[in-house]
Amino acid sequence: MVKINGEYVDVSGKTVLEYLTLAGYDTKRVAVELNGDIVPKAQYSEIVFKDDDNVEIVSFVGGG
Amino acid sequence: MMPSKDEWIKALNDRHGKDLQNKISSTTVGICGLGGLGSNIAIALARAGIGKLILIDFDKVDITNLHRQQYKASLVGMYKTEALRENLKEINPYLETEIQTVCVTEENAKELLKECDIICEAFDNAECKAMLTNFVLEEMPDKYLVAASGMAGMGSANSIHTRKVTKRFYLCGDEISDVSEGIGLVSTRVMICAAHQAHTVLRLIANEFEV
Repeated sequence: MVKINGEYVDVSGKTVLEYLTLAGYDTKRVAVELNGDIVPKAQYSEIVFKDDDNVEIVSFVGGG
Repeated sequence: MMPSKDEWIKALNDRHGKDLQNKISSTTVGICGLGGLGSNIAIALARAGIGKLILIDFDKVDITNLHRQQYKASLVGMYKTEALRENLKEINPYLETEIQTVCVTEENAKELLKECDIICEAFDNAECKAMLTNFVLEEMPDKYLVAASGMAGMGSANSIHTRKVTKRFYLCGDEISDVSEGIGLVSTRVMICAAHQAHTVLRLIANEFEV
């Protein structure tokens, strides 16, 4: 299981991009942290989630 | 009568304590976007006696900005960088400012922001917010980033919060309320979010890293 934004999700083995797409995120509006480090956007399709990963996805909304 | 620089510094030292004021006065903050968030952040930090502000925005003051952004009606049509610098000089005549009337991109961000200790993301557009956040965290890992997301509408003031996402990345807002839904931006709620950002900057300067 992978902890994403505080909730355990069964997505081990999926890439960051696969998960973002599956969960309906707009990849142009997100920043993804994996175990405390930013995931470079260029590596979304390469980095694979594994059990016990701690993931934070910030999805920005407009306004300022 | 305009206070002298010595009087100005003494007044700040009396309020904040000399040690903290010395830290505030030696910090450079970059503000990316000078709308409802950025113009309010800039004024709060100018009043606190920040060392230097780097003010970045490509846009001009528009009449539709005046309900929430810190510009005067007489300054409509002026570049926000120049208008804000004028306002800030009246508030704090000893503030050092650098203005950059450009659009921040992945190509110019590093050069624009290299001098900053702390960077405030204060854009309006969600994709621009994400772009700057990813860029700073990937390419400028020694900087602190204070970003904002979710402050539109008439929701409760209390739902605006500050969250420490990672070691150098702080996020202010309710993280939900999109400008495209509901009634748009309301000055008070935007000011609250801007105050969260400005306060996070001051706390970082004071070595208070938790929220």
